[in-house]
Amino acid sequence: MSAPASTRSKLIKGMTGDWEVVIGLEVHAQVSSRAKLFSGAATEFGGAPNSHVSLVDAAMPGMLPVINKECVAQAIRTGLGLNAKINLKSVFDRKNYFYPDLPQGYQISQYKEPIVGEGIVDVDLPDGESVAIGVERLHLEQDAGKSLHDQHPSMSYVDLNRSGVALMEIVSKPDLRSSAEAMAYLAKLRAILRYLGTCDGDMEKGSLRADVNVSVRKPGAPLGTRCEIKNVNSIRFVGQAVEVEARRQIEIIEDGGKIDQETRLYDPNKNETRSMRSKEEAHDYRYFPDPDLLPLEFTQGYVDELKSKLPELPDDKQARFITAFGLSPYDASVLVAERESAEFFETVTLGLTTSPKTKSGGQAELVAKVGMAVDSKVTRADGREDTKRDPKLAANWVINELFGRLNKEGRDIAASPVSAAQLGAILDLMADGTISGKIAKDLFEIVWTEGGDPRDIVEARGMKQVTDLGAIEKVVDEIIAQNPDKVEQARAKPQLIGWFVGQAMKSSGGKANPQAVNDLIKRKLGV
Amino acid sequence: MSSDSATAATVDAATVRRIAHLARIAVAEDEVSHLQGELNAMLAFVAQLSEVEVAGVAPMTSVMPMKMKERDDQVTDGEIADAIVQNAPVSEEHFFLVPKVVE
Repeated sequence: MSAPASTRSKLIKGMTGDWEVVIGLEVHAQVSSRAKLFSGAATEFGGAPNSHVSLVDAAMPGMLPVINKECVAQAIRTGLGLNAKINLKSVFDRKNYFYPDLPQGYQISQYKEPIVGEGIVDVDLPDGESVAIGVERLHLEQDAGKSLHDQHPSMSYVDLNRSGVALMEIVSKPDLRSSAEAMAYLAKLRAILRYLGTCDGDMEKGSLRADVNVSVRKPGAPLGTRCEIKNVNSIRFVGQAVEVEARRQIEIIEDGGKIDQETRLYDPNKNETRSMRSKEEAHDYRYFPDPDLLPLEFTQGYVDELKSKLPELPDDKQARFITAFGLSPYDASVLVAERESAEFFETVTLGLTTSPKTKSGGQAELVAKVGMAVDSKVTRADGREDTKRDPKLAANWVINELFGRLNKEGRDIAASPVSAAQLGAILDLMADGTISGKIAKDLFEIVWTEGGDPRDIVEARGMKQVTDLGAIEKVVDEIIAQNPDKVEQARAKPQLIGWFVGQAMKSSGGKANPQAVNDLIKRKLGV
Repeated sequence: MSSDSATAATVDAATVRRIAHLARIAVAEDEVSHLQGELNAMLAFVAQLSEVEVAGVAPMTSVMPMKMKERDDQVTDGEIADAIVQNAPVSEEHFFLVPKVVE
């Protein structure tokens, strides 16, 4: 709450004045691991019913949980990525509730002593503002199985493949003040998880889902009663759920009613939230320490070792793109939002023959390369010296042309038909004057749909820019001769020479060098 | 009940019904007062522990100093769907079938 102006813009207008919405997110992120949190069954998505299930996951009598140490490492890495306190000792508890897809009758979770404590996520908003969102805690817990209610008139189907898969529950402080902030926070959290490789962030498969706590109050008033909207599975839906729930609460209060604390469900088809459980079922989880598990303990040395191998995270990468490449903060933030996008951009800019993928240990090498790149040359693996490309131009092309085209077709950058090498070649052809910017866009389109080496395409299809002054002059002379009236006008109003430039470009099929045409026309008309 | 039970928590009839419901155990109304007496006797017995001064003493989680056992992140189990549903009263295509649960 620093700038009053921006705070005001986040308020929601009601009949009785402005309202402030207060949001906290509980994000469930599936840990990327081969095996489950406490058993050796696979975590793989989409297996046949009950195929990725061990006797531990099915809670058969006498089975004991044994912790997967990689899941612990992933939680620590995530905590480090959230600038959070890592607790060298944490405790697993039983969270008791009764549901058919929870065969144990309890979820193994962490309650009073989670593995990760308080942290901070810096979130950039679309309007350029930056807010620091507090993280309350991160704890490890088991996922439940899956129930299908629509397969049979009187029975529910239960599949335990998800049962026991490791989840990280990441709880934010109630620091979010608008749907835009909630969406930006979740997007940033997802980016951090994906950079770290601790969760694939696939919201369609349910690898990342959010419980959204929403309350409203008059600015400066104490916190209102909150409702929890369960299991929202897209960033856009989080925004919509916040908007519709805040308005629902404001209407109730303004009509003289009061908010019941309850669990609700967001229905994207009707764009409304609905109550999920009756109040008398208010949960009493009767947490207690799991007697099957000792406290989880590790050393600071172990944490430091994991820290030393972390990849470059979005904030650091963004800062480096700004300082090393001179990009604007906005362009840099767009590029680093996905690790793959950032790598694509760097590959184009640095003219790397391989993507700068930062596997453990690769960090120093990459930094060295970038350091050299700032001095203008990069040594390629094959020993040839390659001039790096203009980073701003590369950023523009990646953001505007490539992302624009990818979004239009709903594709992911990993599935881009135009490779970094191909885009690099297009930029080179433009930089050395072989093609104009306009032709470059046509060339991009051809490479996108047909593939091929951009240099060969330019050669084969005669797309080279006409820089031969004699040829351009001939075109210009013709246009001037045919349009004496326009010539008169242009002499009176010099800005009209744009029309001549346009005509000349048109009759050259876009291949004339626009600057040369412009200069020539100015000279001929004497303006 | 001894005089020590002054510090013991007690349960009333409503709490007994609530605990039974949370555990999904069917308790007939005429069993409630009997169970209430038994639970309160147990609570009183356990309450004797509160006589021990434990301020500043860390909870003991293991008699021997032990480190929790860990496993490597390898798939070593599963692919036994037949065995998993073997004891299920009703199953179909390796799904468990349970009376319909509607939220």
